Amino acid sequence: MEDLSLSVLDISQNSLAAGARHLRIEVLGFPAKDLLEISIEDDGHGMRKDFLERVTDPFVTTRKTRKVGLGIPLLKMTAEMAGGEFSIESEPGVGTCVKATFRYTHIDRPPIGNMAETIVAIIQGNPDISLVYKRAEGQESFEFDTETVSAALGDIPLNEPEVLQWIREYVEENESELEAGSKKETVI
Amino acid sequence: MKKTIAELNAIREKMQQSMQMRVNDDSRIRVVVGMATCGIAAGARPVLAAILDEVNRRSLKNVTVTQTGCIGVCRLEPIVEVFEPGKEKVTYVKMDENKARQIVSEHLVNHRVIDEYTIGAAK
Repeated sequence: MEDLSLSVLDISQNSLAAGARHLRIEVLGFPAKDLLEISIEDDGHGMRKDFLERVTDPFVTTRKTRKVGLGIPLLKMTAEMAGGEFSIESEPGVGTCVKATFRYTHIDRPPIGNMAETIVAIIQGNPDISLVYKRAEGQESFEFDTETVSAALGDIPLNEPEVLQWIREYVEENESELEAGSKKETVI
Repeated sequence: MKKTIAELNAIREKMQQSMQMRVNDDSRIRVVVGMATCGIAAGARPVLAAILDEVNRRSLKNVTVTQTGCIGVCRLEPIVEVFEPGKEKVTYVKMDENKARQIVSEHLVNHRVIDEYTIGAAK
């Protein structure tokens, strides 16, 4: 994957295929600690212990079209190549949490990429789920919650083009404010 | 200008009026974008974004955009399928943002299939 936002989109598809109703995505940068942390947590149907142990193996998948599953092994490899770690916790009937860490300044750490487009792609395909996206960079942070948007929209579905456009711009705006704010921080 | 929740209320009011004017289901065109690992790695997300942008900009009320998993021909991703009522499915392969925009204007608006982008033309 070219950037981490694409990996987040990819891993989220597993959550949604597992029937998740709630998704929590966190992208937390701690430059002072040389750490970038990404997590995707869902309340999907989870995995049994024996499947969980094999899930980072590329030749394990639930898909019927192909016998190879690359999403999880790809992210694991990316994290480990960038001096980080990968973990996955799951409990049947409760949900799954995928976590990847990276050394923030590692040369092989991919850029975060366009998280707004990833959030929009998830909501577009799954307008009925509840999604929380938390993003932090140093001391600066923001949180986007589809529940807030749904509350304002009433019975209008979240995947209406105009709504998606609003969400994209809202997240983009907050992302760039975050970056500007954290740059200021490092100068001081 | 800072985005506000109040803007959503305006969208809501506008949408509530236009919802009733929606075209009924038997004339809807369905566009499906492959969004599995293979599709995403090959560039499906900007393709989806381009289609949504064109559909929004042209206010195409008869088009539904959905996503699917792996279609099975990963080497030809990004793949976009177009289902028009009463017609055979058209499968577009090796899509990019630019081709996706052309498909909206040519196929979805003018109902002309772009043959050179279809799976039949792919080597």
